[in-house]
Amino acid sequence: MNRDISYSSVMSRKKEILKNSMGLDYQQFEISPIAFDYEGLMNSGGYSLSEVQKIQKETGVGNTPLVELKNITKLVRSISAPGKGGRIFVKDEKACPSGSFKDRRASLSVHHAARLGFKGVIAATSGNYGAAVASQAAKYGLKVIILQEVYDSRKVGQPEILEKTRACEAYGAEVWQLTVGPELFYIMLLLLEETGFFTASLYIPTAIMGIETLGYELAQQVKEREGRFPDMVVIAHAGGGNVTGTARGLQKAGSHETVVVGASVDLRGLHMASDHDFNRKSFTTAHSGFGFPFLTLPDRTDVPRNVARGLRYLDRYVMVSQGEVFYVTELLAKLEGLERGPAGNTSLAAAISLARELEQDQILVVQETEYTAAGKRPSSQLTFAEENKVEVRRGDPRENVPGKVIVVPERAEQIQVENVNLDKIRQSYVKNAVEAARGYKPTEEDVRFLAEDSKSSVEFVRKAIRELGTEV
Amino acid sequence: MRKINKKETFQIATKGDLVQIHKVILTPGQRAENLPESTKAVPYEAWVKGFLLDEKAKVGDTVRIETFIGRELYGTLAEVNPVYDHNFGKPRPELLRIGMEVKKQIEMKRGAKP
Repeated sequence: MNRDISYSSVMSRKKEILKNSMGLDYQQFEISPIAFDYEGLMNSGGYSLSEVQKIQKETGVGNTPLVELKNITKLVRSISAPGKGGRIFVKDEKACPSGSFKDRRASLSVHHAARLGFKGVIAATSGNYGAAVASQAAKYGLKVIILQEVYDSRKVGQPEILEKTRACEAYGAEVWQLTVGPELFYIMLLLLEETGFFTASLYIPTAIMGIETLGYELAQQVKEREGRFPDMVVIAHAGGGNVTGTARGLQKAGSHETVVVGASVDLRGLHMASDHDFNRKSFTTAHSGFGFPFLTLPDRTDVPRNVARGLRYLDRYVMVSQGEVFYVTELLAKLEGLERGPAGNTSLAAAISLARELEQDQILVVQETEYTAAGKRPSSQLTFAEENKVEVRRGDPRENVPGKVIVVPERAEQIQVENVNLDKIRQSYVKNAVEAARGYKPTEEDVRFLAEDSKSSVEFVRKAIRELGTEV
Repeated sequence: MRKINKKETFQIATKGDLVQIHKVILTPGQRAENLPESTKAVPYEAWVKGFLLDEKAKVGDTVRIETFIGRELYGTLAEVNPVYDHNFGKPRPELLRIGMEVKKQIEMKRGAKP
């Protein structure tokens, strides 16, 4: 095959390459330049929840313990108003084969790839997802290539990502360690074309369906133990898959009243494609640099339509700081005997603040933990931060400045989430959707789609469109 | 790119050794549009590990490798027997006392039931 492999030429073949690498044509689900058949696309793989559970059980994915954090709850009550301080539970996803909930996300996609007859899978990720795909591929006997954004131009890599390289290689993956830049997508297309492998993108239907079991399981576990569904579930938000899959699972379990809260680490002000900023952050995922753009422009991904749509499911969205996450990672180890990786404790940091708003008989579930290892420890990440000219100290976490100062709280009561105005996000989402359609005039059907896709109302969307100077 | 020290320059690999290769994927001029200045100014690079297919090579030579999934790749030899050297970092004074502080706060008694 003698194809032009220049950047522009490969990018121009994007549609064809992706179609071949998924065994799925997205065109059939398109309704207009704005709307598409979301549920139709989600169900295109033809898997029911019970089938997904069965597939996951075969490789030891899921059925993780739900642990009540009694000592942390006690601590929260000691800093709450009388009668306040909800019970905090955690879903110990570290118990999955490669050590995070990402095994759920990978399991169905890799199963699907094997079923369709692909010889291998490719995924672009610097997170736990790489190890999950590699682990599942090992089980199914498929070859696997993982693309990671690891180094800045000095070949300095974040310890957390270097650990993920190690984990992927431990599971037998060919790992491409890349420098900073969006051209990762170019390499992915190039390798998909070269190998004919399946694209195990984070944003395809099987990746999200795999997470539904997490929401379903936790709702069932709380119901069985306490006779009721959880009042609040806190979910780390980055690309939207964790929120989407978990919320859909809660709904499938019948847990409709549960408040779904997304939490991201605040890295606002740092440019995600900047070689200079790259090593000035201590978190490589679950942060605002992914959290915001994926809510306001969900389809800007490596697939034609992204089914990870956080805005469709979020009731509330909050920010926590890096120092707060490191602090609660210590609490989880010292008070609950669970030594876990910091990135997986993003939602726990938010939970400590949110539980103070709840009554003592209310139940809050933190829906994940992740494995820990060299590189994935607060000590490794703070050492690295200091080496990269980021100041580290204790104090009031409000003094945190992404990329400049990491402030580890002095006391638990200083942990305080910052609420993000979701209506503003919804307005940006509508604006981006209308602008991306380039001159196309939205119809009533589009308005209904946008309302549903942003968990708002037809009136809200109409008003947002009017403010753009466009008519329906 | 990381500065290669003298010791590494003289590293020799023989057929079958685990090595890491380096590739420049795109030169600064070939990169995507709309990149931040600091990114636009540098090449887009990649490193991949595998087993050396050539009889003998030293750091800086163009070599062929077989990756962990059996694919053949070309690149510049960057490291021989590359080590995972990420670690647990230094003890951090900002973290060391947190456990003791909060235990005092909730007055956990020794042997208290969880």
